[in-house]
Amino acid sequence: MTVLRKDLLLELRTFETVPAMILFSIVTFVIFHFGLNQATIDGQLAGGVLTVTLLFAAMLGVNRLFVAEREQGGFDAFLLAPVDRSAMLIAKASALFAFLVVLEVVAVPAFGLLLLGPSLGPPLLGLIAVLALADVALAVIGTLVSAIAVNTRARDLVGPVIGLPLLIPALIATARAAAPLLAVHGSGAPPGKWVAVLALYDLVFALLAYAVFDFLLED
Amino acid sequence: MTYGRGLRGLSLATAATISLALGLVFFYAPLDADQGFVQKIFYIHVPLAIVSLCGFILGGLLAIGYLRTGERQWDVRSYVAIHMSLIFGIAGLITGSIWAKASWGHWWVWNEPTLVSFLIVLLLYATYQPLRFAIEDPERQSRYASVFAVTAGAFVPLNFIAVRLAQQYVHPRILTLSGGNLPGSMRLTFLVSLLGIALLFVTLWKYELAAKNTRAQIRALRRSLLGEESVRPLGRSAAPS
Repeated sequence: MTVLRKDLLLELRTFETVPAMILFSIVTFVIFHFGLNQATIDGQLAGGVLTVTLLFAAMLGVNRLFVAEREQGGFDAFLLAPVDRSAMLIAKASALFAFLVVLEVVAVPAFGLLLLGPSLGPPLLGLIAVLALADVALAVIGTLVSAIAVNTRARDLVGPVIGLPLLIPALIATARAAAPLLAVHGSGAPPGKWVAVLALYDLVFALLAYAVFDFLLED
Repeated sequence: MTYGRGLRGLSLATAATISLALGLVFFYAPLDADQGFVQKIFYIHVPLAIVSLCGFILGGLLAIGYLRTGERQWDVRSYVAIHMSLIFGIAGLITGSIWAKASWGHWWVWNEPTLVSFLIVLLLYATYQPLRFAIEDPERQSRYASVFAVTAGAFVPLNFIAVRLAQQYVHPRILTLSGGNLPGSMRLTFLVSLLGIALLFVTLWKYELAAKNTRAQIRALRRSLLGEESVRPLGRSAAPS
Protein backbone atom coordinates (compact mmCIF):
# COMPACT_ATOMS: atom_id res chain seq x y z
CA MET A 1 0.00 0.00 0.00
CA THR A 2 2.81 2.35 0.90
CA VAL A 3 4.65 1.49 -2.30
CA LEU A 4 1.53 2.28 -4.30
CA ARG A 5 1.11 5.61 -2.48
CA LYS A 6 4.76 6.39 -3.08
CA ASP A 7 4.47 5.64 -6.81
CA LEU A 8 1.35 7.71 -7.28
CA LEU A 9 2.85 10.55 -5.28
CA LEU A 10 6.04 10.41 -7.29
CA GLU A 11 4.05 10.59 -10.50
CA LEU A 12 1.96 13.50 -9.20
CA ARG A 13 5.07 15.42 -8.17
CA THR A 14 7.19 14.80 -11.25
CA PHE A 15 4.57 14.42 -13.99
CA GLU A 16 6.93 12.18 -15.84
CA THR A 17 5.31 9.05 -17.18
CA VAL A 18 1.60 9.63 -17.66
CA PRO A 19 1.81 12.88 -19.66
CA ALA A 20 4.33 11.21 -21.95
CA MET A 21 1.97 8.26 -22.43
CA ILE A 22 -0.94 10.59 -23.20
CA LEU A 23 1.08 12.64 -25.64
CA PHE A 24 2.38 9.50 -27.26
CA SER A 25 -1.11 8.10 -27.79
CA ILE A 26 -2.44 11.34 -29.29
CA VAL A 27 0.52 11.54 -31.65
CA THR A 28 -0.14 7.93 -32.58
CA PHE A 29 -3.75 8.76 -33.48
CA VAL A 30 -2.45 11.49 -35.78
CA ILE A 31 0.04 9.03 -37.27
CA PHE A 32 -2.73 6.52 -37.84
CA HIS A 33 -4.80 9.21 -39.53
CA PHE A 34 -2.06 9.83 -42.06
CA GLY A 35 -0.91 6.23 -42.23
CA LEU A 36 -4.41 5.01 -43.04
CA ASN A 37 -5.31 8.21 -44.92
CA GLN A 38 -8.83 8.23 -43.50
CA ALA A 39 -10.75 11.01 -41.81
CA THR A 40 -12.89 8.68 -39.71
CA ILE A 41 -12.75 5.01 -38.90
CA ASP A 42 -15.19 2.59 -37.28
CA GLY A 43 -15.78 -1.03 -36.39
CA GLN A 44 -12.88 -3.45 -36.39
CA LEU A 45 -10.41 -0.89 -37.67
CA ALA A 46 -11.27 1.53 -34.88
CA GLY A 47 -11.05 -1.23 -32.29
CA GLY A 48 -7.66 -2.23 -33.62
CA VAL A 49 -6.25 1.30 -33.77
CA LEU A 50 -7.43 2.11 -30.25
CA THR A 51 -6.09 -1.13 -28.79
CA VAL A 52 -2.72 -0.96 -30.53
CA THR A 53 -2.23 2.66 -29.49
CA LEU A 54 -3.04 1.92 -25.87
CA LEU A 55 -0.76 -1.13 -25.96
CA PHE A 56 2.22 0.85 -27.18
CA ALA A 57 1.53 3.73 -24.82
CA ALA A 58 1.39 1.19 -22.00
CA MET A 59 4.81 -0.08 -23.04
CA LEU A 60 6.23 3.37 -22.27
CA GLY A 61 4.87 3.12 -18.75
CA VAL A 62 6.13 -0.45 -18.42
CA ASN A 63 9.66 0.62 -19.25
CA ARG A 64 9.65 3.29 -16.57
CA LEU A 65 7.94 1.24 -13.88
CA PHE A 66 10.93 -0.09 -11.95
CA VAL A 67 13.61 2.33 -13.08
CA ALA A 68 13.39 4.53 -10.00
CA GLU A 69 13.53 1.48 -7.70
CA ARG A 70 16.66 0.25 -9.35
CA GLU A 71 18.46 3.55 -9.58
CA GLN A 72 17.74 4.63 -6.05
CA GLY A 73 17.91 1.35 -4.22
CA GLY A 74 14.18 0.94 -3.71
CA PHE A 75 14.51 -2.82 -4.15
CA ASP A 76 16.89 -3.15 -1.22
CA ALA A 77 14.72 -0.98 0.96
CA PHE A 78 11.70 -3.03 0.02
CA LEU A 79 13.44 -6.32 0.77
CA LEU A 80 14.44 -5.02 4.18
CA ALA A 81 10.88 -4.06 5.01
CA PRO A 82 8.89 -6.70 6.91
CA VAL A 83 6.24 -7.20 4.24
CA ASP A 84 5.24 -9.94 1.86
CA ARG A 85 7.12 -9.73 -1.43
CA SER A 86 3.93 -10.05 -3.44
CA ALA A 87 2.99 -6.63 -2.06
CA MET A 88 5.44 -5.20 -4.56
CA LEU A 89 3.62 -6.88 -7.46
CA ILE A 90 0.24 -5.71 -6.24
CA ALA A 91 1.44 -2.15 -5.64
CA LYS A 92 3.25 -1.84 -8.95
CA ALA A 93 0.41 -3.42 -10.93
CA SER A 94 -2.07 -1.09 -9.22
CA ALA A 95 0.11 1.91 -10.01
CA LEU A 96 0.36 0.87 -13.66
CA PHE A 97 -3.39 0.25 -13.73
CA ALA A 98 -4.00 3.76 -12.37
CA PHE A 99 -1.64 5.23 -14.97
CA LEU A 100 -3.53 3.40 -17.71
CA VAL A 101 -6.90 4.60 -16.45
CA VAL A 102 -5.70 8.21 -16.45
CA LEU A 103 -4.27 7.68 -19.91
CA GLU A 104 -7.58 6.34 -21.19
CA VAL A 105 -9.64 9.09 -19.61
CA VAL A 106 -7.78 11.45 -21.92
CA ALA A 107 -6.90 9.25 -24.87
CA VAL A 108 -10.31 7.68 -25.50
CA PRO A 109 -12.19 11.00 -25.82
CA ALA A 110 -9.31 12.24 -27.99
CA PHE A 111 -9.74 9.16 -30.12
CA GLY A 112 -13.48 9.85 -30.38
CA LEU A 113 -12.77 13.40 -31.39
CA LEU A 114 -9.96 12.82 -33.84
CA LEU A 115 -10.63 9.53 -35.56
CA LEU A 116 -13.80 7.73 -34.58
CA GLY A 117 -16.74 8.05 -36.99
CA PRO A 118 -19.69 6.97 -34.80
CA SER A 119 -20.39 8.74 -31.53
CA LEU A 120 -18.74 7.49 -28.35
CA GLY A 121 -21.85 8.04 -26.26
CA PRO A 122 -23.94 4.87 -26.56
CA PRO A 123 -21.20 2.24 -26.26
CA LEU A 124 -19.33 4.04 -23.50
CA LEU A 125 -20.29 1.69 -20.67
CA GLY A 126 -19.35 -1.40 -22.63
CA LEU A 127 -16.11 0.20 -23.71
CA ILE A 128 -15.20 1.06 -20.14
CA ALA A 129 -15.76 -2.55 -19.11
CA VAL A 130 -13.62 -3.91 -21.96
CA LEU A 131 -10.83 -1.41 -21.38
CA ALA A 132 -10.83 -2.08 -17.65
CA LEU A 133 -10.26 -5.78 -18.32
CA ALA A 134 -7.58 -4.94 -20.87
CA ASP A 135 -5.89 -2.66 -18.33
CA VAL A 136 -5.71 -5.50 -15.83
CA ALA A 137 -3.95 -7.61 -18.45
CA LEU A 138 -1.57 -4.80 -19.34
CA ALA A 139 -0.86 -4.01 -15.71
CA VAL A 140 -0.17 -7.61 -14.68
CA ILE A 141 1.95 -8.60 -17.68
CA GLY A 142 3.59 -5.18 -17.73
CA THR A 143 4.66 -5.44 -14.10
CA LEU A 144 5.96 -8.98 -14.52
CA VAL A 145 7.89 -8.18 -17.69
CA SER A 146 9.20 -4.93 -16.27
CA ALA A 147 10.49 -6.72 -13.20
CA ILE A 148 12.27 -9.24 -15.40
CA ALA A 149 13.66 -6.59 -17.73
CA VAL A 150 14.88 -4.07 -15.18
CA ASN A 151 17.77 -6.24 -14.06
CA THR A 152 18.98 -7.10 -17.55
CA ARG A 153 21.49 -5.13 -19.53
CA ALA A 154 19.36 -3.91 -22.43
CA ARG A 155 16.29 -3.35 -20.32
CA ASP A 156 14.36 -1.01 -22.62
CA LEU A 157 14.66 -3.62 -25.35
CA VAL A 158 13.98 -6.75 -23.35
CA GLY A 159 10.74 -5.46 -21.84
CA PRO A 160 8.71 -4.84 -24.99
CA VAL A 161 10.23 -7.77 -26.84
CA ILE A 162 8.96 -10.20 -24.19
CA GLY A 163 5.84 -8.26 -23.32
CA LEU A 164 4.34 -7.81 -26.77
CA PRO A 165 4.08 -11.51 -27.71
CA LEU A 166 2.71 -12.27 -24.25
CA LEU A 167 0.03 -9.62 -24.74
CA ILE A 168 -1.09 -10.71 -28.19
CA PRO A 169 -4.03 -12.82 -26.90
CA ALA A 170 -5.19 -9.87 -24.80
CA LEU A 171 -4.80 -7.60 -27.82
CA ILE A 172 -6.89 -9.94 -29.97
CA ALA A 173 -9.64 -10.17 -27.37
CA THR A 174 -9.72 -6.42 -26.69
CA ALA A 175 -9.78 -5.43 -30.35
CA ARG A 176 -12.51 -7.97 -31.09
CA ALA A 177 -14.58 -6.98 -28.10
CA ALA A 178 -14.30 -3.28 -28.92
CA ALA A 179 -15.07 -3.70 -32.62
CA PRO A 180 -18.88 -3.97 -32.44
CA LEU A 181 -18.99 -1.18 -29.87
CA LEU A 182 -17.28 1.20 -32.27
CA ALA A 183 -19.21 0.13 -35.35
CA VAL A 184 -21.56 2.56 -37.12
CA HIS A 185 -24.70 0.72 -36.07
CA GLY A 186 -23.04 -1.05 -33.21
CA SER A 187 -24.57 -2.73 -30.24
CA GLY A 188 -24.12 -1.24 -26.79
CA ALA A 189 -22.85 -4.48 -25.28
CA PRO A 190 -19.48 -6.09 -25.97
CA PRO A 191 -19.54 -9.67 -27.27
CA GLY A 192 -19.53 -12.05 -24.33
CA LYS A 193 -17.07 -14.51 -25.85
CA TRP A 194 -14.24 -11.98 -26.03
CA VAL A 195 -14.96 -10.50 -22.63
CA ALA A 196 -14.76 -14.04 -21.26
CA VAL A 197 -11.42 -14.68 -23.01
CA LEU A 198 -10.04 -11.43 -21.64
CA ALA A 199 -11.25 -12.24 -18.14
CA LEU A 200 -9.73 -15.73 -18.36
CA TYR A 201 -6.45 -14.25 -19.53
CA ASP A 202 -6.46 -11.76 -16.65
CA LEU A 203 -7.20 -14.47 -14.13
CA VAL A 204 -4.56 -16.93 -15.35
CA PHE A 205 -1.77 -14.40 -15.58
CA ALA A 206 -2.66 -12.65 -12.34
CA LEU A 207 -2.37 -15.97 -10.50
CA LEU A 208 0.78 -16.87 -12.40
CA ALA A 209 2.43 -13.53 -11.76
CA TYR A 210 1.53 -13.82 -8.09
CA ALA A 211 3.16 -17.26 -8.01
CA VAL A 212 6.43 -16.38 -9.74
CA PHE A 213 6.97 -12.76 -8.74
CA ASP A 214 8.79 -13.59 -5.50
CA PHE A 215 11.66 -15.11 -7.41
CA LEU A 216 12.34 -11.88 -9.24
CA LEU A 217 13.07 -9.98 -6.04
CA GLU A 218 15.22 -12.52 -4.25
CA ASP A 219 18.67 -10.97 -4.10
CA MET B 1 24.28 -37.17 -12.39
CA THR B 2 24.68 -39.42 -15.40
CA TYR B 3 22.68 -38.65 -18.47
CA GLY B 4 24.63 -41.15 -20.56
CA ARG B 5 22.92 -44.17 -19.06
CA GLY B 6 20.68 -45.95 -21.56
CA LEU B 7 21.58 -43.48 -24.25
CA ARG B 8 22.74 -46.14 -26.70
CA GLY B 9 19.52 -48.13 -26.45
CA LEU B 10 17.49 -44.97 -26.73
CA SER B 11 19.39 -43.86 -29.82
CA LEU B 12 18.86 -47.22 -31.48
CA ALA B 13 15.16 -47.19 -30.62
CA THR B 14 14.86 -43.68 -32.07
CA ALA B 15 16.62 -44.62 -35.28
CA ALA B 16 14.47 -47.74 -35.62
CA THR B 17 11.21 -45.88 -34.97
CA ILE B 18 12.04 -43.11 -37.41
CA SER B 19 13.06 -45.62 -40.08
CA LEU B 20 9.83 -47.50 -39.50
CA ALA B 21 7.87 -44.25 -39.67
CA LEU B 22 9.54 -43.24 -42.95
CA GLY B 23 8.89 -46.69 -44.35
CA LEU B 24 5.23 -46.43 -43.40
CA VAL B 25 4.99 -42.90 -44.80
CA PHE B 26 6.34 -43.83 -48.20
CA PHE B 27 5.19 -47.40 -48.70
CA TYR B 28 2.18 -48.04 -46.49
CA ALA B 29 0.13 -44.87 -46.05
CA PRO B 30 -2.19 -44.28 -49.01
CA LEU B 31 -1.77 -41.26 -51.25
CA ASP B 32 -4.13 -38.47 -50.32
CA ALA B 33 -6.90 -38.38 -52.92
CA ASP B 34 -7.01 -34.62 -52.86
CA GLN B 35 -3.44 -33.42 -52.39
CA GLY B 36 -1.40 -36.33 -53.67
CA PHE B 37 2.20 -36.86 -52.67
CA VAL B 38 2.70 -33.49 -50.96
CA GLN B 39 0.37 -34.50 -48.18
CA LYS B 40 3.10 -36.84 -46.89
CA ILE B 41 4.88 -33.87 -45.36
CA PHE B 42 2.05 -33.93 -42.84
CA TYR B 43 3.68 -36.94 -41.16
CA ILE B 44 6.76 -34.85 -40.39
CA HIS B 45 5.24 -31.41 -39.92
CA VAL B 46 2.51 -32.17 -37.42
CA PRO B 47 4.68 -34.33 -35.11
CA LEU B 48 7.40 -31.65 -35.17
CA ALA B 49 4.90 -28.99 -34.18
CA ILE B 50 3.26 -31.09 -31.47
CA VAL B 51 6.57 -32.21 -29.99
CA SER B 52 7.95 -28.67 -29.93
CA LEU B 53 4.86 -27.33 -28.15
CA CYS B 54 5.05 -30.16 -25.62
CA GLY B 55 8.76 -29.37 -25.27
CA PHE B 56 7.97 -25.75 -24.42
CA ILE B 57 5.52 -26.84 -21.77
CA LEU B 58 8.05 -29.39 -20.50
CA GLY B 59 10.58 -26.55 -20.25
CA GLY B 60 8.12 -24.66 -18.06
CA LEU B 61 7.58 -27.68 -15.81
CA LEU B 62 11.32 -28.24 -15.45
CA ALA B 63 11.72 -24.55 -14.63
CA ILE B 64 9.26 -25.03 -11.75
CA GLY B 65 11.70 -27.64 -10.53
CA TYR B 66 14.45 -25.03 -10.54
CA LEU B 67 12.36 -22.44 -8.73
CA ARG B 68 11.40 -24.98 -6.07
CA THR B 69 14.81 -26.50 -5.45
CA GLY B 70 17.30 -23.91 -6.70
CA GLU B 71 19.50 -26.67 -8.20
CA ARG B 72 21.16 -25.67 -11.44
CA GLN B 73 20.53 -29.11 -12.96
CA TRP B 74 16.87 -28.21 -13.36
CA ASP B 75 17.68 -24.98 -15.12
CA VAL B 76 20.01 -26.80 -17.52
CA ARG B 77 17.26 -29.33 -18.26
CA SER B 78 14.73 -26.59 -18.86
CA TYR B 79 17.15 -24.65 -21.05
CA VAL B 80 17.96 -27.65 -23.22
CA ALA B 81 14.26 -28.55 -23.57
CA ILE B 82 13.37 -25.04 -24.68
CA HIS B 83 16.20 -24.61 -27.09
CA MET B 84 15.56 -28.03 -28.60
CA SER B 85 11.89 -27.10 -28.94
CA LEU B 86 12.87 -23.91 -30.71
CA ILE B 87 14.78 -25.90 -33.31
CA PHE B 88 11.91 -28.36 -33.71
CA GLY B 89 9.46 -25.47 -33.87
CA ILE B 90 11.34 -23.68 -36.63
CA ALA B 91 11.55 -26.94 -38.56
CA GLY B 92 7.81 -27.37 -38.04
CA LEU B 93 7.13 -23.85 -39.24
CA ILE B 94 9.19 -24.37 -42.40
CA THR B 95 7.60 -27.72 -43.24
CA GLY B 96 4.19 -26.19 -42.52
CA SER B 97 4.93 -23.35 -44.86
CA ILE B 98 5.91 -25.74 -47.62
CA TRP B 99 2.73 -27.71 -47.08
CA ALA B 100 0.64 -24.54 -47.10
CA LYS B 101 2.21 -23.43 -50.38
CA ALA B 102 1.51 -26.81 -51.92
CA SER B 103 -2.05 -27.30 -50.73
CA TRP B 104 -3.42 -23.76 -50.33
CA GLY B 105 -1.19 -21.92 -52.75
CA HIS B 106 0.33 -19.49 -50.24
CA TRP B 107 3.42 -19.66 -48.09
CA TRP B 108 1.61 -17.99 -45.26
CA VAL B 109 -2.09 -17.99 -44.43
CA TRP B 110 -3.31 -15.56 -41.81
CA ASN B 111 -6.75 -17.02 -41.32
CA GLU B 112 -5.23 -20.21 -40.05
CA PRO B 113 -5.23 -20.17 -36.24
CA THR B 114 -2.84 -23.04 -35.65
CA LEU B 115 -0.21 -21.44 -37.85
CA VAL B 116 -0.64 -17.99 -36.33
CA SER B 117 -0.62 -19.15 -32.73
CA PHE B 118 2.44 -21.21 -33.46
CA LEU B 119 4.19 -18.15 -34.84
CA ILE B 120 3.29 -16.11 -31.74
CA VAL B 121 4.64 -18.84 -29.48
CA LEU B 122 7.86 -18.98 -31.47
CA LEU B 123 8.21 -15.19 -31.35
CA LEU B 124 7.84 -15.32 -27.59
CA TYR B 125 10.39 -18.09 -27.14
CA ALA B 126 12.77 -16.40 -29.53
CA THR B 127 13.32 -13.90 -26.71
CA TYR B 128 14.38 -16.62 -24.28
CA GLN B 129 18.03 -16.73 -25.30
CA PRO B 130 18.46 -12.94 -25.64
CA LEU B 131 16.93 -12.60 -22.18
CA ARG B 132 19.42 -15.06 -20.74
CA PHE B 133 22.25 -13.36 -22.53
CA ALA B 134 21.26 -9.98 -21.16
CA ILE B 135 21.71 -11.13 -17.54
CA GLU B 136 25.28 -11.53 -16.42
CA ASP B 137 25.02 -13.08 -13.00
CA PRO B 138 24.55 -16.84 -13.66
CA GLU B 139 22.37 -17.45 -10.65
CA ARG B 140 20.05 -14.58 -11.51
CA GLN B 141 20.08 -15.67 -15.15
CA SER B 142 18.77 -19.10 -14.16
CA ARG B 143 16.14 -17.63 -11.88
CA TYR B 144 14.82 -15.09 -14.37
CA ALA B 145 14.93 -17.57 -17.24
CA SER B 146 12.91 -20.00 -15.12
CA VAL B 147 10.30 -17.36 -14.37
CA PHE B 148 10.11 -16.66 -18.08
CA ALA B 149 9.84 -20.38 -18.90
CA VAL B 150 7.00 -20.90 -16.42
CA THR B 151 5.06 -17.87 -17.69
CA ALA B 152 5.60 -18.76 -21.32
CA GLY B 153 4.71 -22.40 -20.69
CA ALA B 154 1.33 -21.31 -19.32
CA PHE B 155 0.98 -18.90 -22.22
CA VAL B 156 1.18 -21.67 -24.85
CA PRO B 157 -2.26 -23.23 -24.31
CA LEU B 158 -3.94 -19.90 -23.54
CA ASN B 159 -2.62 -18.40 -26.74
CA PHE B 160 -4.00 -21.30 -28.75
CA ILE B 161 -7.44 -20.82 -27.24
CA ALA B 162 -7.49 -17.09 -28.02
CA VAL B 163 -6.23 -17.37 -31.58
CA ARG B 164 -8.45 -20.30 -32.42
CA LEU B 165 -11.52 -18.41 -31.28
CA ALA B 166 -10.50 -15.47 -33.45
CA GLN B 167 -10.65 -17.24 -36.77
CA GLN B 168 -12.59 -19.64 -38.85
CA TYR B 169 -10.31 -22.57 -39.30
CA VAL B 170 -9.24 -24.24 -42.48
CA HIS B 171 -6.64 -26.45 -40.88
CA PRO B 172 -7.65 -30.09 -40.77
CA ARG B 173 -8.36 -31.04 -37.18
CA ILE B 174 -6.16 -34.06 -36.71
CA LEU B 175 -6.49 -34.97 -33.08
CA THR B 176 -10.04 -34.25 -32.12
CA LEU B 177 -11.64 -36.06 -29.23
CA SER B 178 -13.67 -38.18 -31.62
CA GLY B 179 -10.46 -39.45 -33.17
CA GLY B 180 -10.49 -37.16 -36.18
CA ASN B 181 -11.32 -38.21 -39.68
CA LEU B 182 -8.13 -39.99 -40.61
CA PRO B 183 -8.41 -43.44 -42.15
CA GLY B 184 -6.84 -46.19 -40.06
CA SER B 185 -3.68 -46.67 -42.09
CA MET B 186 -2.94 -42.93 -42.09
CA ARG B 187 -3.54 -42.68 -38.37
CA LEU B 188 -1.17 -45.56 -37.65
CA THR B 189 1.53 -43.94 -39.80
CA PHE B 190 0.94 -40.63 -38.09
CA LEU B 191 1.18 -42.11 -34.61
CA VAL B 192 4.40 -43.93 -35.45
CA SER B 193 5.86 -40.69 -36.83
CA LEU B 194 4.78 -38.83 -33.72
CA LEU B 195 6.45 -41.44 -31.55
CA GLY B 196 9.59 -41.26 -33.68
CA ILE B 197 9.88 -37.49 -33.43
CA ALA B 198 9.14 -37.55 -29.72
CA LEU B 199 11.87 -40.14 -29.22
CA LEU B 200 14.21 -38.02 -31.31
CA PHE B 201 13.49 -35.07 -29.03
CA VAL B 202 14.19 -37.07 -25.88
CA THR B 203 17.37 -38.55 -27.35
CA LEU B 204 18.78 -35.19 -28.45
CA TRP B 205 17.79 -33.70 -25.11
CA LYS B 206 19.69 -36.41 -23.26
CA TYR B 207 22.69 -36.11 -25.56
CA GLU B 208 23.00 -32.42 -24.99
CA LEU B 209 22.57 -32.80 -21.25
CA ALA B 210 25.21 -35.50 -21.20
CA ALA B 211 27.56 -33.29 -23.20
CA LYS B 212 27.02 -30.27 -20.96
CA ASN B 213 27.42 -32.41 -17.88
CA THR B 214 30.62 -34.00 -19.15
CA ARG B 215 32.08 -30.65 -20.06
CA ALA B 216 31.36 -29.33 -16.58
CA GLN B 217 32.96 -32.42 -15.01
CA ILE B 218 36.05 -32.09 -17.18
CA ARG B 219 36.42 -28.47 -16.17
CA ALA B 220 36.12 -29.40 -12.52
CA LEU B 221 38.69 -32.18 -12.91
CA ARG B 222 41.16 -29.96 -14.75
CA ARG B 223 40.78 -27.34 -12.12
CA SER B 224 41.53 -29.74 -9.28
CA LEU B 225 44.39 -31.52 -11.09
CA LEU B 226 46.16 -28.71 -12.88
CA GLY B 227 45.29 -25.77 -10.72
CA GLU B 228 43.03 -22.80 -11.04
CA GLU B 229 44.95 -21.10 -13.87
CA SER B 230 44.67 -24.00 -16.30
CA VAL B 231 40.97 -23.47 -16.84
CA ARG B 232 39.98 -20.41 -18.75
CA PRO B 233 36.99 -18.68 -17.17
CA LEU B 234 33.71 -19.12 -19.01
CA GLY B 235 32.72 -16.15 -21.12
CA ARG B 236 29.33 -14.58 -20.84
CA SER B 237 26.86 -17.06 -22.20
CA ALA B 238 23.16 -17.59 -22.66
CA ALA B 239 23.56 -21.24 -21.81
CA PRO B 240 23.72 -22.47 -18.24
CA SER B 241 26.51 -24.87 -17.45
